[in-house]
Amino acid sequence: MPGFHLTLGFTLFYLTLIVLIPLSAVFLKTFTMSWPAFWSAVTSDRVMASYRLSFGASLIGASLNVVFGGIVAWVLVRYEFPGKKIIDALVDLPFALPTAVAGIALTALYSANGWLGRYLEPMGIKVAFTPLGVIVALTFIGLPFVVRTVQPVLEEAERELEEAAASLGANNWQTFTRIIFPTLLPALLTGFALAFARATGEYGSVIFIAGNMPMVSEITPLFIITKLEQYDYAGATAIAVVMLTISFILLLTINLLQAWSRRRSQSERS
Amino acid sequence: MSAVQPAVLVTAHIEPVHVPKSLSEPLWVRLLLGGIALLFLTLFLFIPLAAVFSEALKKGWEVYLTAITEDDAWSAIKLTLLTASIAVPLNLVFGVAAAWTIAKFEFRGKNVLLTLIDLPFSVSPIISGLIYVLIFGAQGWIGPWLRDHDIKILFAVPGIVLATIFVTFPFVARELIPLMQSQGSEEEEAALVLGASGWKTFWHVTLPNIKWGLLYGVILCNARAMGEFGAVSVVSGHIRGETNTIPLQVEILYNEYNFTAAFAVASLLALLALITLVLKSLVEWRLRHELSEQPLQLIEE
Repeated sequence: MPGFHLTLGFTLFYLTLIVLIPLSAVFLKTFTMSWPAFWSAVTSDRVMASYRLSFGASLIGASLNVVFGGIVAWVLVRYEFPGKKIIDALVDLPFALPTAVAGIALTALYSANGWLGRYLEPMGIKVAFTPLGVIVALTFIGLPFVVRTVQPVLEEAERELEEAAASLGANNWQTFTRIIFPTLLPALLTGFALAFARATGEYGSVIFIAGNMPMVSEITPLFIITKLEQYDYAGATAIAVVMLTISFILLLTINLLQAWSRRRSQSERS
Repeated sequence: MSAVQPAVLVTAHIEPVHVPKSLSEPLWVRLLLGGIALLFLTLFLFIPLAAVFSEALKKGWEVYLTAITEDDAWSAIKLTLLTASIAVPLNLVFGVAAAWTIAKFEFRGKNVLLTLIDLPFSVSPIISGLIYVLIFGAQGWIGPWLRDHDIKILFAVPGIVLATIFVTFPFVARELIPLMQSQGSEEEEAALVLGASGWKTFWHVTLPNIKWGLLYGVILCNARAMGEFGAVSVVSGHIRGETNTIPLQVEILYNEYNFTAAFAVASLLALLALITLVLKSLVEWRLRHELSEQPLQLIEE
């Protein structure tokens, strides 16, 4: 088979040029900082508040997606209804819709005179320009992940097992908790981790609806921008290193989850 | 394979089997679950999508058309098209090369290479922009040198293109790698034995086999390239009529409280998203069709 040196050479060259060298800039930049300067940059009160918001809202958003995304996947795989193909295709909308567009659309919906805000605000529920708005945006952008990881597992799940359980006298609830849920668990967790990882770094869809008040509704990526605008490149980079490290840990976790998920489905097939 | 965006494509889909009556849930459970799913999707997908078009057309067609044909909007559209037309082909060539090397050969460090290719997906868009500021910015590695030679990369078109290439880097590769791995090398080997050159084999044997997967990757890559906001926002400098892509133009109009115009420009991107979804579904259907014709092992390594 020809072309090994050409394609491998080009792959490594392009990867190094576009990804590795630029990414290494973040780490090299922080090496120019002293340890105390780095530590105070990544643990100031304002940045701590932003971590709590970014990670807290991502956690809630990803959890909501596990519950509702799981139900959506179930309905799309197991039930027949008109318009199913269209709805199925639209689930990917958050991947395809530019984040800025999602951001302004959600803000318009939940602001005081928006389609949804006008009913929520009189009830005392403020969504736009509060941390709740951040959760709404992060739920939106994480929506496809759980659906798309659970769907194929559910499609390939062996109905014979469920039939066997039913014929042995298990009721629907027992079949679900003992047979179906354990099969879906790795996929649910993978979807959760993917949605969570995406949400922690998200910027475009959040900044419009968040209100961006320091200490209250300011996400970490926005705080990096704020630092950059103050020409505090070192401070911005230090926070970026923290976020990158967390992303890499998440990536590793996702890899392990996917390996588990694959093993689980393969051992079931054999 | 792994990354922050699931490869939906190559996981083999099997049509749901017929469900015996005794196994299906009672009617009220089905209605309840269906209702919850529909409510959730309506709240988080359908209404926001409808809101974009409704807000855009709030003041009528004339205002809408003026908003999307106005000079700054038009230059934003041109810049977005230019950016995508550079980023997508480059990542396409990379994707094919990477898939060829990974699918056709065995070598050490392959798994590391696979992880590194997926890396840009797990990086926040803001950090994807920041890295170019650290390299090309005034305080950056080669910033001073660029300034002395009067070359503008940051806060100019080259920076926007670079940031876009970075965020769309994995799209084509990660569709092609599992596809080419599943197809194996027998057909190529046969062509080579019959005397075809490497290039000829690629053009006449490999390319026809991967064309739908390739197209799929390109569609996704293009959608992201045209819609990227965070990374581009960091490196753009927001110069009206010069370094604003369509998403940045939306932000500027919105922050000026020019909501109707912001949504009008945003509706172009929403249309692009809908077209992307339609094309994606068609290609997925086509791919599934082809995969069902050839009984191949579809397990990702």
